[in-house]
Amino acid sequence: MKLIKRIIQNIFAHLDMPLFLIVMALMGIGLMTIYSATSSDGFWKLDKQLINIAASTAVMLLVARTPPQTLMRFAVPLYVIGVVLLLGVALFGIVVNGSRRWISLGLMRIQPSEIMKIAMPLMLAWYFHKHESMLRARHFAIATAILLVPIIFVLKQPDLGTSLLIGAAGFFVIFFAGLPWKIMLGLGAAAGAAMPFAWNMLHDYQRRRVLTLLDPTSDPLGAGYHIIQSTIAIGSGGGLGKGYLNGTQTHLEFIPEKHTDFIFAVFSEEWGLLGNGILLILFTLLIGRGLMIAAAAPTMFSRLLAAALTLVFFIYAFVNMGMVSGILPVVGVPLPFISYGGTALLTLMLGVGILMSIHTHRMLVKK
Amino acid sequence: MNDFHHSEQDSDRFRNRLVIAGSFVLLCFALLFGRFFYLQVLQHEYYATRAESNRISLVPVMPNRGNIEDRNGVILARNYSAFTLEITPSKTLGLEETIDQLGEIVEIQLKDRRRFKRLLEESKNFESIPIRTRLTDEEVARFAAHRYRFPGVEVKARLFRQYPENSLAAHAIGYISRINAKDKEMIEASGHDANYKGTEHIGKIGLEAHYEFELHGTAGYEQVEVDAGGRAVRVLSQTPPTPGNNLKLTLDAELQRVAEQAFGGRRGSLAAIDPSNGAVLALVSSPAFDPNLFVDGIRFDDWDELNNHPDKPLLNRAIYSTYPPGSTFKPLMALGALTTGKRTPGQAIADPGFFNFGNRRFMDDKVGGHGMVDMHKSIVVSCNTYYYVLANDMGIDNIARFMGDLGLGRRTEIDIPGEATGILPSPEWKQRRFKKREQQKWYPGETISIGIGQGYNAYSTLHMAHALANVLNYGQVFRPHLVHSITNPTTGEVRMVEPQPIRQIALKREHVEVVKRGMAGVVKEGTGARVFAGAAYESGGKTGTAQVFSLKSGQKYVAGQVRERLRDHSWYVAFAPVDDPKIVVAVMVENGGFGAQSAAPIARQLFDYHLTGKRPGGPAPEVDSPDEEETHELIQEGTDEAD
Repeated sequence: MKLIKRIIQNIFAHLDMPLFLIVMALMGIGLMTIYSATSSDGFWKLDKQLINIAASTAVMLLVARTPPQTLMRFAVPLYVIGVVLLLGVALFGIVVNGSRRWISLGLMRIQPSEIMKIAMPLMLAWYFHKHESMLRARHFAIATAILLVPIIFVLKQPDLGTSLLIGAAGFFVIFFAGLPWKIMLGLGAAAGAAMPFAWNMLHDYQRRRVLTLLDPTSDPLGAGYHIIQSTIAIGSGGGLGKGYLNGTQTHLEFIPEKHTDFIFAVFSEEWGLLGNGILLILFTLLIGRGLMIAAAAPTMFSRLLAAALTLVFFIYAFVNMGMVSGILPVVGVPLPFISYGGTALLTLMLGVGILMSIHTHRMLVKK
Repeated sequence: MNDFHHSEQDSDRFRNRLVIAGSFVLLCFALLFGRFFYLQVLQHEYYATRAESNRISLVPVMPNRGNIEDRNGVILARNYSAFTLEITPSKTLGLEETIDQLGEIVEIQLKDRRRFKRLLEESKNFESIPIRTRLTDEEVARFAAHRYRFPGVEVKARLFRQYPENSLAAHAIGYISRINAKDKEMIEASGHDANYKGTEHIGKIGLEAHYEFELHGTAGYEQVEVDAGGRAVRVLSQTPPTPGNNLKLTLDAELQRVAEQAFGGRRGSLAAIDPSNGAVLALVSSPAFDPNLFVDGIRFDDWDELNNHPDKPLLNRAIYSTYPPGSTFKPLMALGALTTGKRTPGQAIADPGFFNFGNRRFMDDKVGGHGMVDMHKSIVVSCNTYYYVLANDMGIDNIARFMGDLGLGRRTEIDIPGEATGILPSPEWKQRRFKKREQQKWYPGETISIGIGQGYNAYSTLHMAHALANVLNYGQVFRPHLVHSITNPTTGEVRMVEPQPIRQIALKREHVEVVKRGMAGVVKEGTGARVFAGAAYESGGKTGTAQVFSLKSGQKYVAGQVRERLRDHSWYVAFAPVDDPKIVVAVMVENGGFGAQSAAPIARQLFDYHLTGKRPGGPAPEVDSPDEEETHELIQEGTDEAD
């Protein structure tokens, strides 16, 4: 009995309660909304998501117990494996829906770009940590190279959403490492100048998504359909929503991908502006807590990692809600902790676990 | 120290950047909230309306089409429910593949494919089109099991029009078929488009066409909730349709059957009218067709056979085909002479067997002539000379005016579409008819031929029956009509088609009696005597023969048929009983020979059944030896000016 008690204590010793409660609340909302979106198919999606939650929570607890120093050891190998796998995808990848994103590793298929979402901030945080005392311009240049290599692979797949998330995660590390504002402005200008070239590199469907955002009605049955139907769902929800399980846009199948990328439209239709407000507050709390953890983090590595991971949560949430409500182009980004899907949830919970690890191990380091 | 300072500086910058990032997050979330506020509060009504129009669809519910029954309640047209397999082309993944795969589950023949193709050409992409009709229960079950494989394919229960008596009175009843572009224009022009939103069939010919808006009924509406795929999920509200009105006809289905069978497949037509009110008792065009073939889109080979058959079964001969009336014109001429005062009944001429006009000689049918001929005898023996002289005395203008009054050379306004006007020759008609000046001139010699019903004269059997009915009714003209009353099946309210006299011709009773007695004489002792020997009633009649002197160019006939097609057309107009006429009939048998040979025996069977209930044993026999011979000047076949 004592042993069990100790084990439990041991597990929960590294749990950050505020973060845990916020994440649980978000996943609860997610389960509820997934049920509404898929109730016509029965309970099986709900059951699967419950398993996803249980599994990723276990991973989170495991990671939370792991000290940051140990995590740091994974940085380089994980990054290298990620890049090698991405190379493998480019060479032998499996094409699904026109994109080469998966690679078969005998028994299972994996999506290496997903590994990069964690490996990238880990790698860069480690890199800056290593050169903490003497950061020069070249360090930032090398960091940028570390960032760009996998992004180019992912963009080639093509997967705009994931490359955006990886890019954001890496950029945040560089930003928090103290990239001078002058360079940032210069890079911004350069990016602006490069826009036409980037536009040419985009695939047709990606360009169409951007154009559709500017005027969804130009293609109401094609690319504009998603945005039109989701904005109708949100708008018709009104202040208080149509009530749980009463969303007509949802239940009459007008919303595409309603339990994955467009789940926010389902939630918003049934819970209205009130529900959206609550959701935004929960995300704000999540990010706030993450930034607090970053502020209290003792080492360069943990600081940068905590801050970058926190902002990755933000990017997920903002891009998803922005695209569903029609102010950002449609890129395949799920709503964090809410959308159905195991892989994304696992990545997110890994991030949460890392935050918890950073927070619960801070005193040990200081000592 | 320096290190520490450096670290402190770093730490400050880091915190600084955290604050900037936090502010950026709050700004972005504020932006999102602003967007939600805009959509959910400011634009809420707009999006709420759009969500409603997304989910709610107004679906028309078809009314039941009215039934058609004969005067005794025999059903001639009704509806029945059956399952059809229908494809919405725009929703399928591939039309050909879908049909091929469907063919593995239900039987789809080549003719079904052909019909589908034709219907596809006529329809829009989002309409559902039947590939198979009248599925068996087993086929419905088999399809239901494989339904998931066929997006855009559905089994629908539909009401079908059925003509239980098949070809009986087919030309009069007509048929319904799928609405085409022309029908759509008509519906829109008449302001019925809202009521026809869900209607797929429309009356094409006959009563089905003429009474389309009575039979159709009023469409109902269902408010249904639909999903993104357009499938109805549930019904929100319902306005039931009002069924169409039922038609009760003046037609007697049994009389019609007797009449049709009397033709025995020979080409010709018959119109039988109750002279006291214009009610049409039988209207035959032989050969006929089965209207059921048209209901769910006629199959190509059926259409080909009907359309290209040399006997032209689709043609409604009773109202559309016109022929010179021959000697059946003579009683009307006699009445005209009395009415215009050109003759008295007793006034007689000496008939030498011919009539010289200018340098031409018009021959009588009897060599040496009939001797002294008064009006009665002129009808009984069908004396040409009497009418040559009479026509000359009356003049073409008087003849045209009088015959026009009787209803010849104009539409009778019967309640089915497609009527021919016929040709009532006159100098004015020639002016209108011909372009060249020399053709426009009226020659006095032409008037002589008109007197015996030849020349340009051309009338349908309906024209002749109508004219004779007007005579027997002492000049009171009733519109010939097939519908007796219209019943609203919901309220039970019955609207009579009142037999209102539409005009009055100035005829004297005693003049009419002279003609009636003359026609009675034909049956008693003239050309009709042999056919009507032993009849249980007294009837009056007049035979007529229209000579076919040439085949129309371009007509292709099988060699063996040519002889038959060169025979004269056989006419008979008649009424019975003489004292109180209950039925007037005009019969025409194409290439039936002289009048008493083919046409009169048909009238005999008709009268026998109508007046005594006696059913004939088979088709009307042909009578062999000629009782009458006639000479003809100008005879045309099938001339008409219908538009």
